[in-house]
Amino acid sequence: MSAALEVSDLSGSYGQGNVLYNMNFTVEQGGITALLGANGAGKTTTLRAIYNLLPQRTGDVRLFGSSTERKPAEAVARMGVGHVPDGRGTFDSLTVEENLILGAYGRRDKSAVRDDMKRMFGYFPRLQERFTQQAGTLSGGEQQMLAIARALIGRPKLLILDEPSFGLAPVVVQEIFSIIRLINTQEGVAVLLVEQNAGMAFALADQAFVMETGRIVVSGKSADVAANEEVRRAYLGI
Amino acid sequence: MDAFIFQIMTGFATGSIYASVALALVIIFRSTHELNLAQGEMAMFSTFVAWQLIEFNVPYWGAFAITLVFSFFAGMLIERILVRPAQNGNPLTAVAIFVGLMLIINGMAGWIFGFTMRDFPSPFENLFTGLPVALSGHEIGMLAVVFTMLLLIFLFFRFTPLGLALRAVAVNPESCRLVGISVNRMLAIGWGLAAMIGSVAGMMAAPILFLDPHMMAFIMTYGLAAAVLGGLDSPLGAIIAGLLLGVMENLAGAYVVGPELKLPLALLVIFSVLVFRPRGLMGHVVIKRV
Ligand SMILES: Nc1ncnc2c1ncn2[C@@H]1O[C@H](COP(=O)(O)OP(=O)(O)OP(=O)(O)O)[C@@H](O)[C@H]1O
Ligand SMILES: [Mg+2]
Repeated sequence: MSAALEVSDLSGSYGQGNVLYNMNFTVEQGGITALLGANGAGKTTTLRAIYNLLPQRTGDVRLFGSSTERKPAEAVARMGVGHVPDGRGTFDSLTVEENLILGAYGRRDKSAVRDDMKRMFGYFPRLQERFTQQAGTLSGGEQQMLAIARALIGRPKLLILDEPSFGLAPVVVQEIFSIIRLINTQEGVAVLLVEQNAGMAFALADQAFVMETGRIVVSGKSADVAANEEVRRAYLGI
Repeated sequence: MDAFIFQIMTGFATGSIYASVALALVIIFRSTHELNLAQGEMAMFSTFVAWQLIEFNVPYWGAFAITLVFSFFAGMLIERILVRPAQNGNPLTAVAIFVGLMLIINGMAGWIFGFTMRDFPSPFENLFTGLPVALSGHEIGMLAVVFTMLLLIFLFFRFTPLGLALRAVAVNPESCRLVGISVNRMLAIGWGLAAMIGSVAGMMAAPILFLDPHMMAFIMTYGLAAAVLGGLDSPLGAIIAGLLLGVMENLAGAYVVGPELKLPLALLVIFSVLVFRPRGLMGHVVIKRV
């Protein structure tokens, strides 16, 4: 069985000078992988490279065994990936309902989308209460929930989240992380979790990678990386 | 009093043409933040296509339908081969492209169809004669056509998945790509729709103005003014501003300054509004919580 995501020798730049250097990592199907690192380490850039949203990149990116070479971002998105971008990326002037419909844009089975919407309300009851409200008027936590639901309603086999805990109260983060775990165990969706909140990420993930200035400096089982005193001090500041 | 109401209704009829052109401009502006200065010339060319079809004895509504389809694909093609490759982040390049496009289409129309004024038929000429209103049959038919079109466009944007995707591209293009929507395709479709709306305006205006390569010049001025007055990113604002402008212009021409000065007066009113409300009558207020 091929991995959900396999990144080999990935380097990339925004135009002048490399930002990513020779990155290698995988997310197994059904697994949860954490990508950690301080501000500016290159985590978001890595995700942009996976989507071919970076001006230049070299190396090989495979989703479920297929190369993403020369595919535009929208085509990569249709390869079974749901993305929760940093800053959430909700459609602020559109309603919660419209955001969710857009999440299912690539699906052919439109009749099942309504059922999936109900399933999302099972995970995030608050979205149901806010159904006809503009996304921009939701609280930060609610917007994050909407962004996750919008990614999931496309029925991805891999969910990528870029700092879902950013700017949220600890209780809300807890709630969101437990739902990510639920989705992973119940639906077998693989997860690539980008985080600065290393403590919570270690608890959730089975594999962990730590980045510094565009390179992966430590990788291994999440528990091992978490136990490494030097990693904690040098790269994560905890 | 009757004359006053008549002036308002005539203004409404011409205003519906300005509203259509303004709407076409807004549809493109919302997703690209560019003003398609060639919108009027595109509409003029489409109208010539309709004229040529009618000359070839195609029935009026057949020619109308073919022109809509032609305009849609021509709009998409122009976006694909001229506008998109010029996206280098410099707004002046875009302006140069649009001015160039304007001149090219104008020259092409003159070269193919000639610069003489042509009669353009109205399918409503002898209809609605018994009604107790002072509008001509064509003006009534034109209002019906334009408002039907506006309603259909509203329903399309509001209730279809494609309409929703088009709106989403205007809100957040990158998020669109991340959910699998091709932003490029949506931009092309937006251009197609705008060209189609413009062609309806052209075909409806031509029986009144006569058809020649400069027919759309002053309509485009009003359309542009209405789009700005409406707030540039507000379709409803553009439509209301277009209608208002038509009425205002007509009343000013009849009662205030005479027909020669009505255009400057209308523009003066717009500038005054924009001084006090820079984002136009209905420009976008982003509801955002950070
Ligand atoms: N659009 C851009 N153009 C040029 N350089 C950029 C751009 N975006 C990011 N960078 C640079 O790339 C490097 C990595 O940035 P990136 O956003 O990937 O970091 P990150 O790990 O996601 O950080 P954070 O945790 O703050 O989100 C930084 O040095 C940054 O300055
Ligand atoms: Mg980041």
